[in-house]
Amino acid sequence: MRHSYHPFGEHAILVELTGEQNLSSVIRRYCALLEQQAPSWFLECVPAYATIAVFYQPFAFAEQEHSPYKAIKAELEALFSRIDSALEAPPRTIEIPVCYGGSFGPDLAFVARHNRLTEKQVIAYHTKALYTVAMIGFSPGFPFLEGMAGEIAAPRRTTPRLTIPERSVGIAGGQTGVYPIATPGGWQLIGRTPKRLFMPHEEEPILLRAGDRIRFTEVSLEAYKELEVRHADHS
Amino acid sequence: MLIIRKAGLFTTIQDLGRPGLRRFGISSGGAMDTSAFRIANLLVGNPENSAAIEVTMNGPEILFAQSAEIALCGADLSPAINGTDAPMWRPVQIEAGDVLSFGMPKSGCRTYLAIAGGIQVPSVMNSASTLTRAGIGGFCGRALRKGDQLSIGESRSTKTTKAVNWYVSPCFRTDSPEDPIIRLLKGRHHALFGAGSHERLTTEPFVVTNEADRMGYRLDGPPLTLEKPQELLSEAVIPGTIQVPASGNPIVLMADCQTTGGYPKIGQIAAVDLPVAAQLRPGQQVRFELISTEQAQEEWFVQERLLRHLKAGILTKRRNA
Repeated sequence: MRHSYHPFGEHAILVELTGEQNLSSVIRRYCALLEQQAPSWFLECVPAYATIAVFYQPFAFAEQEHSPYKAIKAELEALFSRIDSALEAPPRTIEIPVCYGGSFGPDLAFVARHNRLTEKQVIAYHTKALYTVAMIGFSPGFPFLEGMAGEIAAPRRTTPRLTIPERSVGIAGGQTGVYPIATPGGWQLIGRTPKRLFMPHEEEPILLRAGDRIRFTEVSLEAYKELEVRHADHS
Repeated sequence: MLIIRKAGLFTTIQDLGRPGLRRFGISSGGAMDTSAFRIANLLVGNPENSAAIEVTMNGPEILFAQSAEIALCGADLSPAINGTDAPMWRPVQIEAGDVLSFGMPKSGCRTYLAIAGGIQVPSVMNSASTLTRAGIGGFCGRALRKGDQLSIGESRSTKTTKAVNWYVSPCFRTDSPEDPIIRLLKGRHHALFGAGSHERLTTEPFVVTNEADRMGYRLDGPPLTLEKPQELLSEAVIPGTIQVPASGNPIVLMADCQTTGGYPKIGQIAAVDLPVAAQLRPGQQVRFELISTEQAQEEWFVQERLLRHLKAGILTKRRNA
């Protein structure tokens, strides 16, 4: 595997990985290693599909022979050589109940038509797969999921909606995801989950993290309403 | 207690943000012009990260139901106390019943009102900063409205009761009446842009459009285009990142920006100039100049050391007052 380093402002460096089948696992191990070692200069890291942004405190390298950027690059290269010894925490599997179609999933019919399937078949494909959270971004707690069946892929809406209700489940191209908060967006909406993904007042404000496995399960409207009340009580 | 009598255009409570949560998709947020924000807090003897009020262009009208020591730093939005011009960049004593208002925005876009003791709001994810997009932080997760009442914390520092005859050197001002030059580091995808775009980026002016808020600014100017169109994988973005969608008009990301993005990044505003960017107004022109990462880090050290000196100076002045 090859890795390259790119400056990213004064306080961060971007590590890009190429040529590996299981990039996301390497990226997670790299982040885990950084967080475990927690060097004095380390602030945080942001894993993505093929990159890790490592945020650091340049003052930790002030008045040294090399520039902070050069110093940090050397530190990260050294760390990278130990990546094979790093252990990835065993993935958690999290179930996300979804009430498909109806007013929660106004685009379910479009996704079905687009793929010459019935709505039931779309739901079957969506609930059958085991997804992996590749990264969190876009909005607080928004998971980018890998593993959706190509059979239910659908293009984004030509005109994005000005507001998408929180906890909507959508499809965009070959990706699926859940909107944790109400935002504008162009994804095709197929359902909604009663489960909260963003709980700003809890100790752990974000439900999902990179590396988690996700399974969607279908619930009835009645079950949805019951679960929604229960989850609201907890936050 | 402060009573908001007029809300102003977009008045929010901010501190220095919520760092460390980017991997959860939570932007760092916080004051747009961190330099003016920190100085305002230092002037009233607060820790630098105390919650203060960010005023945008058209300021609010605030009734002080108690006496307080305040400082105003940042854009010159014609502040006045009981209708008389209020000094900026120094501690000012306010009496119970006084009204702070703002008039013509003279230069810059955002000003900070720090109050000794800080504004008391519940901390959400370790910060008082308002993130309106997620409806969290600050006062009820939103911009201030008419009728809102804000509590002031207990000040730990001794009050400077007399009017002071000193103020912060103008070298710390970040608002520029003229069109500023903002220094950039090359963005990660800079090399993917054509030679013409490289030249246009640093030789031609760009205008801040009306689509400009705490998340970012759309700029208008000569088009910037990739040598060959290509799709990129989403990756981390931060305040100051300049990304270019297919339209060719760059977007400057600011404090409340999302944490990841998929557009090519042509540049990254130097951290020392981010406060200058925070003071740009819609319609204002800006020019860019490239500097190296090493230069940018050196400049940042210089600025941080200057701020430390300023802090020590303010402490001495306050002690002798």
